[in-house]
Amino acid sequence: MRTLIINGRVIDPSQEIDGQRDILIEGAHIQGIYPGGKGPKADNTIDASGCIVIPGLVDLHTHLREPGFEHKETIATGTMAALKGGFTSVCCMPNTDPVNDTEAVTEYIIEKAFKEGACAVYPVGSITKGQKGESLTEFGALRKSGCIAFSDDGKPVTDSLIMRRALEYSKIFDVPVISHCEDPQLSRGGAMNEGVMSTTLGLRGIPNAAEEIMVARDIFLCELTWSRLHIAHVSTAGSVRLIREAKANGINVTAETCPHYFSLNDHALESYNTNLKVNPPIRTEKDVEAIKQGLKDGTIDVIATDHAPHHADEKNREFDAAPPGISGLETAFALGLQLVDQGVIDLKQLIAKMSLTPSKIIKIKKGTLNAGADADIAIIDPEKKFTVDPARFSSKGKNTPFKGWQLKGTVEKTVFMGKISEWA
Amino acid sequence: MDNKNITFKSKDLLGIKDLSQEEISLILDTASGFKDVLERDIKKVPPLRGKTVANLFFEPSTRTRTSFELAAKRLSADVVNFSVPTSSVVKGETLKDTALTIQALGADFVVIRHSSSGVPHMLSKILDISIINAGDGANEHPTQALLDLFTIRSHKKKIEGLSVAIIGDIAHSRVALSNIYALTRLGAEVRVVCPPTLMPAGIGELGVKTFGSIEEGIKDTDVIMTLRLQLERQSKGFLPSLEEYFTLYGLTAGRLKLAKKDAMVMHPGPMNRGVEISSEVADGPQSVILEQVTNGLAVRMAVLYLLGGVKK
Repeated sequence: MRTLIINGRVIDPSQEIDGQRDILIEGAHIQGIYPGGKGPKADNTIDASGCIVIPGLVDLHTHLREPGFEHKETIATGTMAALKGGFTSVCCMPNTDPVNDTEAVTEYIIEKAFKEGACAVYPVGSITKGQKGESLTEFGALRKSGCIAFSDDGKPVTDSLIMRRALEYSKIFDVPVISHCEDPQLSRGGAMNEGVMSTTLGLRGIPNAAEEIMVARDIFLCELTWSRLHIAHVSTAGSVRLIREAKANGINVTAETCPHYFSLNDHALESYNTNLKVNPPIRTEKDVEAIKQGLKDGTIDVIATDHAPHHADEKNREFDAAPPGISGLETAFALGLQLVDQGVIDLKQLIAKMSLTPSKIIKIKKGTLNAGADADIAIIDPEKKFTVDPARFSSKGKNTPFKGWQLKGTVEKTVFMGKISEWA
Repeated sequence: MDNKNITFKSKDLLGIKDLSQEEISLILDTASGFKDVLERDIKKVPPLRGKTVANLFFEPSTRTRTSFELAAKRLSADVVNFSVPTSSVVKGETLKDTALTIQALGADFVVIRHSSSGVPHMLSKILDISIINAGDGANEHPTQALLDLFTIRSHKKKIEGLSVAIIGDIAHSRVALSNIYALTRLGAEVRVVCPPTLMPAGIGELGVKTFGSIEEGIKDTDVIMTLRLQLERQSKGFLPSLEEYFTLYGLTAGRLKLAKKDAMVMHPGPMNRGVEISSEVADGPQSVILEQVTNGLAVRMAVLYLLGGVKK
C-alpha cells in the first residue's frame, strides 16, 4: 500500500527541507521525498493543501500514569492524546506505581504500549530504586528491556554522591540522565512561584533558587563525570544562564522547557485555579523572557510537554492540596507556534525542538522524514484557529490552564508507522 | 438603620483586595450604626430574621467564630457551627462536598476559615450563597482589617495621612495583608517591621515601606499594630529564639515612646505577652486591644447585613 502526501509544505530539519514536496509512504516507512507535484503514482493520496507536513513530534517528558494511576491516564488514552497532538513518540516517566525501576515494569509498559498504544512509547527508568534516592537501579537490565534514559522525575536526587554515581554509571550505556532539579528543602510546602504574587495570594512560594541550585550542582557533576545530563522542565532565568554558560564551556548538557513556562506568568494564578499549579511553578514575566531567549539562542534544546494528567476530583481542591501538573500533549504544538508568531524562533527551529533534537538526545531513529525512516508524520494547518476545550481532549486529564484560549495550529492528520489518523 | 440605598456589588466578602474605597467606607459607616445598637439595653435587631449563618471553621478559633456567631444572633439570624479539623476532611469528605451540603441544608451565609489560601474563592465559585472569609491561610482576614480600620477611625477621625506600623510575622499573617490593602487604599502610610526571615517576597510592591529595625519603623507613627507570633516559627528556623525576638522586636514601653504621644497600640489577638508585646504596653493607656474586640462585633454585623441585602 503506497500513500502519497501532496500539496503540503514539507519541513524537515534533518534534511534542511522547507518547501513544497510530495512524500511517498510505503507500508510503515517513508519511501521518498519528491519535488512538489513530482511524486509517483500511489494507491491513495492525502491532500495537505495549506498544511505543514513535518516529522511526527517526539515528547521527552510524558506521564502516562500506567501502571498504578489509571484513573488519571492510561497508556491507551495518553498515547491517543499524544497522537492527536501530533506526537508519534513519547518518553514516559517512571513515577508510576510500582515505579519503573525493574525490567518487569518496563516490559509491562512496552507490552501494553504495543497492544493498546496509539504511538511509540519509550520508557524512562528510574535512577534509584523506588525513586527513593538511595541506591541505583539496574541500568543495564532496564536499558536492555527498553529504557532510553534514566530519571527520578517528580523528585530530585538529593544525595549528590548518588547523582554522581548515576551519571558515571550511565556512561556504560551512553544514555542521558534526566534531572528534575529541585532543592526540596528550599521548595518545601511551596505551591507557586515565590514573589509578590505569592505574597498577595498568601500562598507559600518556591524561589527560583530551589531549581537553580540543583541545576548548578548537576552541571558541575556532569563536568566531573563527563557524562550526558539532560535538565528537565527549565523554568527560571537563572537556570537558563547556568546552562548557557555550561554549554559555552563544552559541558555535555541539554535542556528542555515546557509550553507553560513560555506561555504564562505567575499573575495568571490570581484566580487560584488549581490547573495552574505545576512543579516547577509558573514563574514571572522576567523568567518567561529568559526562557524565550534560551529557546532562541539554543540554550534550551527541546520543548517537552511534561504532560501530567490528573483526575478532576484531585484538582478540584484547596490550592495547597491539589497535585501539581498540566495535561499538555494536546496543546503543546499550538502553544509552540505562538513563539513563531512572536518571532522568538522560526518554524523549522520549533519543529526541530519538538522532534529531531529530542530524538537525538535519546538516540532513536525518529524526528526525520528521510527516505527509509519510519512513516511518522504530522500534518498541521498552522493558520487554522481553535478554542482549547478540555472536554474534547483524548487525555483523561482535563487539567489545562489554557481552557478557552484561542490558538492557531490544528493537527489535521497524524501518521504513525504508516497508519493514518484523521482528526475532524 | 438609616442606610436606605445599600449598594454592595458582590455576594461575598473574600478579601479587602477586591473592595473599593467606597465599599470600605460603606461597611464602616454601617458598623457605626450597629455600634449604637450594641450599646443599647436590648441588643437585638431583626434584619436577618429567618436567615441562617453557617460558621465553617477548619482552624481552631474562639474569638472570630464567637464574634461572627454573636453578630449573626444580634441580627436575629440562626447560627450553626461546623468545626472541622482539617485532618478528617483530608481523609474523608472533600471541601466541595462539605460546602454543598451546607448549602443544601439551607444556609444563606457561609463564614469560612481555612488554613489554605484561596478556599473562600473556591467556595464562592461553587456556591450561590454568600461567602464571608474569616481567614484563609496567609492570604486575608478582611473583617479583622475592617474592625481595625473602624477602631482607628473612631479615635483618629480619619485614615488618610496616618502613619501605621505593622510589626511582626508579616510573611505568615493574613491580618497584615488585609490591613495593608485596607490602609493603603484609604491613604495611610504603612510601614512593615520584621526580621528579614519573616518579610514576604515583593512586599514593597504593595506600596508599603519596610523596616528591619523596630526603632526606625515605629518612629513618629500614629498607630502601631503588633501581630501574633506563631510560636512554631522558632522550630521552623525563622528565629533563633522567642527571647531574642522580644529583645529585637518586642513592643516595650521604652520603644513606644518613639511613636507619637497619642499613638494607638493594637493587636488582633490572641497575644503572646512577653513575645511580641510587653504586658505594660498591652494593658497600658494607649492600648485599644479590647475595644478592637467590641468593634469586631459591629463590623461583622455590618458585613452580614450588607451582604444580606444583595438579591440572590
